[in-house]
Amino acid sequence: MNKIRIQHGRIIDPANEIDRIGPVCIAGGRIISVGNEPDSFTADIVIDAGKQIVCPGFIDLSTRLREPGQTRKATFKSETLSAASAGVTTMCLHPDTNPVIDTAAVAELIKELADKADYPQIYPIAALTQKLEGNELSAMLSLKQAGCIAVGNANRPIKNLLILRRAMEYAASHDLLLMFRPNDYWLGNNGCAHEGAFATRYGLPSTPDAAETIALDQCLELAELTRCRVHFGQISCKRSVIKIHQAIKYGLDVSADVAIHQLHLTENDMTPFDSAYHVLPPLRTESDKQYLRQGLAGGTLSCICSDHQPHDIDAKLGAFPETEPGVSSLETLLPLMLRLVTKHAITLEQGIAALSQNPARILRLNSGALTPGLSADICIFDAELEWQVNADNWKSLGSNTPFWGQTLKGRVTHTLQAGRIIHSLNTI
Amino acid sequence: MLEIDTLLNNLETGLKQLVINRKLLNPLMIGIRTGGVWVAEHMHQRLAINEPLGLLDISFYRDDFSQIGVHPHVKPSSVPAHIEGRDIILIDDVFHTGRTVRAALNEIFDYGRPNQVILAVLIERDGKQIPIAPDCAGTRMVLTADQRIKLTGPTPLAIHLENSAPDKP
Amino acid sequence: MIDNVQLNAEGKLKHFITIEGLSNALLTEILDTAESFVGMTDQQIKKVPLLRGKTIVNLFFENSTRTRTTFELAAKRLSADVLSMSISTSSTSKGESLLDTIRNLEAMFVDMFVVRHGISGAAHFIAQHTAPHISVINAGDGQHAHPTQAMLDMFTIRQIKKDFTQLRVAIIGDILHSRVARSQIQALNILGAAEVRVIAPLTLLPAHVETLGVSVSHNLTEGLKDIDVIIMLRLQKERMTSALLPSESEYFKCFGLTESKLKIAKPDAIVMHPGPINRGVEIESKVADGPQSVILKQVSNGIAVRMAIMSMAMQPLGGLQ
Repeated sequence: MNKIRIQHGRIIDPANEIDRIGPVCIAGGRIISVGNEPDSFTADIVIDAGKQIVCPGFIDLSTRLREPGQTRKATFKSETLSAASAGVTTMCLHPDTNPVIDTAAVAELIKELADKADYPQIYPIAALTQKLEGNELSAMLSLKQAGCIAVGNANRPIKNLLILRRAMEYAASHDLLLMFRPNDYWLGNNGCAHEGAFATRYGLPSTPDAAETIALDQCLELAELTRCRVHFGQISCKRSVIKIHQAIKYGLDVSADVAIHQLHLTENDMTPFDSAYHVLPPLRTESDKQYLRQGLAGGTLSCICSDHQPHDIDAKLGAFPETEPGVSSLETLLPLMLRLVTKHAITLEQGIAALSQNPARILRLNSGALTPGLSADICIFDAELEWQVNADNWKSLGSNTPFWGQTLKGRVTHTLQAGRIIHSLNTI
Repeated sequence: MLEIDTLLNNLETGLKQLVINRKLLNPLMIGIRTGGVWVAEHMHQRLAINEPLGLLDISFYRDDFSQIGVHPHVKPSSVPAHIEGRDIILIDDVFHTGRTVRAALNEIFDYGRPNQVILAVLIERDGKQIPIAPDCAGTRMVLTADQRIKLTGPTPLAIHLENSAPDKP
Repeated sequence: MIDNVQLNAEGKLKHFITIEGLSNALLTEILDTAESFVGMTDQQIKKVPLLRGKTIVNLFFENSTRTRTTFELAAKRLSADVLSMSISTSSTSKGESLLDTIRNLEAMFVDMFVVRHGISGAAHFIAQHTAPHISVINAGDGQHAHPTQAMLDMFTIRQIKKDFTQLRVAIIGDILHSRVARSQIQALNILGAAEVRVIAPLTLLPAHVETLGVSVSHNLTEGLKDIDVIIMLRLQKERMTSALLPSESEYFKCFGLTESKLKIAKPDAIVMHPGPINRGVEIESKVADGPQSVILKQVSNGIAVRMAIMSMAMQPLGGLQ
């Protein structure tokens, strides 16, 4: 294990309330010191982080790496490279792989794939019900023991509330967190766009925000009933933020995240029939976007995630409603978070916390901070560095992003995972 | 040389001679829009033809659709029912490349098979591109590359010689 | 934006996908061009050689004998060669993708696709991905647009009423699922109609429908006041079985156009319907066959309007002017 000194960087660690320039020293895969240097520390590797920011490595609560089962879209190998280049050092994997993560065998397979890709910190989310069909409970304890960090429903609505109740009770009895994407199947009506002016103009099958808020309400009630801890994933509208805020005030042990693109894009930004904008939950209105930003700033939404969903070209090639939803978003996570800071929607500290300290707390990981003794998961980025989203710079196998071709500001220069440098930007 | 009355007189004389020489029986007169119709109206009167004048709009028969596309203001042609077996006097104002007349002939033949068609024009100028020729003309002229003949009307009918970009057929 | 797909570098029509983004001048040019083709159908010569040598493919992913035959007739009257293909969506989902279907046809040197598809955005997608020399005409895509129908409706209105700026137009029925209505609303607004009013129960109206540039009424008796043009939309039988409406007779009671309801509109109001008509559901026979109905005129205008649109879209790309 190398001894590494990161010097001259501005260290921002919200968990320990640090914001100052200084060195970070690493040895044996762990953080040795922050802000000062132990005597007689001789570094094998020195990273000059001058004019850059040094912060905890990002923890992404919602990603899809497409293995096992959909390797024509992406692989662990390609997407962990993408994650590393994005400063992400820990990822949660949704259970809607093929086969679904509803047996210990699949969970172990995922661990193997992660090891083979040299990116160990991938935590599978176990399916709440078998095959994610919403009928039978999955073997949650075996899955937890096989390494699953939580249970979740991926993006599959649970139609039967009795089953959801029982699943939540069972999860709670094993102290498992439920990562829940709220969406009512019937109200959702297979829509591909937000039920609003844009969908009306272009005749697109649409889904109202009530589909999300009603399912959210139901799950909140069940959270109280079952005492299950719930984290709501990829919240997209104003009234969801309000309900979560009230629930937290009321004392429920719930939390929520928002996908980074929902904080920037609305239905007004959609180029007609451009499948790059086809996402679920759909891009909603300006008012929803402002509430999401406020929710983030106010702490109701404690985390930002990428909701990374890389796609093959064919998946996005077709009439809009027939294309598959999802954005390849790991590598735009940092610059888009910084854009929120530039727009004064959040502070830089809040942005970094939403990507590190807060997700760690929700997952109960001993991580997301630059505390001496902790595993050295570190992200170093240049907030001023401009780069273009194009084939030369993009690592993910999925180039499905509405930001393709745009010039963004802010780029990760180094990423360390457990004290190993897993990404280093070679600036020309 | 470009005195309208002289041209009309010449044309009238030529046409009347043709009617005799070619033994035209109860000829149907057709003018090609727009200038040809104006000239044909005069000839129609001078030759004392009873049957109404036929009007031909050749916009849909032009050969240059690939170059210039479809014209938005096309008035329908109006040609009496039976072309079949008739003697036709086809009249246009200026004969230049011959493409207009080719289109007009195509259209006429779509209506039916005439017995014969004679072509009479007010002015025949140089620049022929198709092997068609008028049977009679009010006058024949040679112009320079940047000269154009412009007919104005219907009342008063007048001819002008213009300097402009090369004439479109 | 959509209009960039539709217009070539000189702002001339290249594809005809949607009314949106087209100018008043261009729509008027389409109507004027259609005028000349209407004159033609009265003549003995029903055919002109304008598109001789061109091949037009009717690509119908959604069944429609009516629309398909109109487009076939229009193409044939322009002397084009026509190929009509009915592609059931099950065969495309089993095998060939939309893109592959197009590519295979392109390899046979066709010049134009007339596309009808059940999914919004299909025509736009084809226009974006087809070979550069091919023009695409949208014969109806999902719930998005049916621009040729809207144009023939505008043509019919102009024939009778002349001036759009004085007109109050009511569109009645299932606006939510209607691509025709969306295109009609766009055309009426671009052509400067004084008011476009939609009349329907809430279940048949899309969200934020006012953003389309219409006023809204849920009551036929109220909504028909001062109306010059009444456009009835077809009510599909499926709507009765998907919890949108209770029954046909209830719909007819509230929104069916009867003789007595017709009297509420202006005395010289005209009645239109894109067809096919559901007699006794959205309109009663006395009105459909009555003196104020111009439904049959719409049908005969349909060919001329489509001839105009096809020949305009088949125009050259810049070049030798």
